[in-house]
Amino acid sequence: MSDPSDLRDLYQEVILDHGRHPRNRRVMANRSHMARSENPSCGDEVVVSLEIDNRGVIRDVAFGGQSCAIATASASLMTEVLVGKTPAQAKSLFDRFHALAAGGVEPPLDGMDAERERLAMLSGVRDYPVRVKCATLAWHTMLAALENQGA
Amino acid sequence: MRAVDSGYEPTHNGALYDVEAVRADFPILHRPVRGRPLVYLDTAASAQKPAQVIEAERSFYAEDYANIHRGLYFLSQRATERYDAARRKVKVFLNARHEHEIVFTRSATEAINLVAASFGEAFLQEGDEVLITGLEHHSNIVPWQLLRQKKGILLKVAPVNDVGEVPLDDFTRLLGPRTRLAAFTQVSNALGTVLPVAPMIRAAHAAGVKVLIDGAQSVAHMGADVQALDCDFFVFSGHKLYGPTGIGVLYGKEALLDAMPPYQGGGDMIASVSFEKTTFAPLPAKFEAGTPAIAQAVALGAAIDYLTHLGLDRIGAHEAGLLGDATARLSAIDSLAILGTAPHKASVISFVMDGVHPHDIAQVLDSRGVAVRAGHHCAQPVMARFGVPATVRASFGLYNTSAEVDALAEALERVETLFVR
Repeated sequence: MSDPSDLRDLYQEVILDHGRHPRNRRVMANRSHMARSENPSCGDEVVVSLEIDNRGVIRDVAFGGQSCAIATASASLMTEVLVGKTPAQAKSLFDRFHALAAGGVEPPLDGMDAERERLAMLSGVRDYPVRVKCATLAWHTMLAALENQGA
Repeated sequence: MRAVDSGYEPTHNGALYDVEAVRADFPILHRPVRGRPLVYLDTAASAQKPAQVIEAERSFYAEDYANIHRGLYFLSQRATERYDAARRKVKVFLNARHEHEIVFTRSATEAINLVAASFGEAFLQEGDEVLITGLEHHSNIVPWQLLRQKKGILLKVAPVNDVGEVPLDDFTRLLGPRTRLAAFTQVSNALGTVLPVAPMIRAAHAAGVKVLIDGAQSVAHMGADVQALDCDFFVFSGHKLYGPTGIGVLYGKEALLDAMPPYQGGGDMIASVSFEKTTFAPLPAKFEAGTPAIAQAVALGAAIDYLTHLGLDRIGAHEAGLLGDATARLSAIDSLAILGTAPHKASVISFVMDGVHPHDIAQVLDSRGVAVRAGHHCAQPVMARFGVPATVRASFGLYNTSAEVDALAEALERVETLFVR
């Protein structure tokens, strides 16, 4: 393999795997929250659906739409990481992920180190400003979905 | 008009011109990118500049600069002479009948907006039709839509076939009794298709329809002869002609430009002004309100000198060779599909790959120093026609080499192993 290491940082094997075989890319019948958004720079679209139970716990997350490998992998990872979390924890993970992807200061995160490690696989995007939007598209959409329904 | 594919056999190992000597003229081509030599394949978006153009702009500011037209002093006269000389070069380059048929604008986009506003004001009424094609850049769509909102004109669109051509019959059929203007590109920026502009212009004129040709994507490859074409308007931009940004050209037939009202009001475009009445200046000053891009016009003249010296025939033939090579190399990649397969193309190859987003392709290419464009290329209707949101576009200029085509193909093979399994 002769590709430079910086590109391997961006397209790690896990990212490529989630890009090729995205988890939870499906329509969710029992959704309680949903939002759709678009990346104007490329026209990619993502739909995020969540099912939050009456105790306020995220039971299921799914996404839809066609997008690049980075956006697809990020959405796929997000759907796995958010299950079992509360909306407050989801927002906290959003803040942490956003800082990680955009190169800001990461806020402290209580008891979600394993999740942080998984999301860190996308931190390579910080060297490619155009791709930060790809990586955060599903997360912004998830946040909009939570706010849409006043979770 | 000089054709691109004038019987040239794509063997291109020398003969046409010394590409390495030409590359030595372009300082930026010697700048490494991501630790590798730059392979610049985005000339359709903007061409890189030879040292002769950069030096023309620099030395004009260093030695000859002042505002034009009004000064009675040496430098103003000198700057005016150099600005006028640039207009003469454009006149010769386009083979216009008169120098005053050449109007300097900010860009090809501004030139089209000028015609839409001014020709529209003088000649278009509610219910009149403007005919464009499905291959247009947004800059030859949106100005007409704005005019539609303002004046209630209708916009007709000649359809694109499966290989990316605009069939002449379909175009001709849409020339109706209310059609006043046909505005179309000479080369598709998204697909590279060369349109049969000469018969299209004849068909339009036979129906009493005026014609605007968008030459932004064509002039650097095949030049233009506006008298032979007999088009009524022709526009192009400096930066795609290896010249500076911020300068464009509108050619218009004298009688039409004379009959059109000014586009903008201001200094330089008047004969006399009082609060009761203003008399407009004659052509071309009538359409050049305000201090123009003087240094950029001078440097555009240097770009035209550069291309004329190298020879547009030879440039076109060199690029046709590269396009032939690239088409053969990319066609051999199984997961890759080329969009726009018209027999008559110029210097652009647009493609998609199974299961790989164009942005990911461009990212991998960039890591190898290969600069291509990924997106809708300001031609979303073309993307819609072919059912894709975006493509990757590689485009070739006079300085590209067959080794760079190889670098593109090898980088795409890497994309295939990375994403397609």
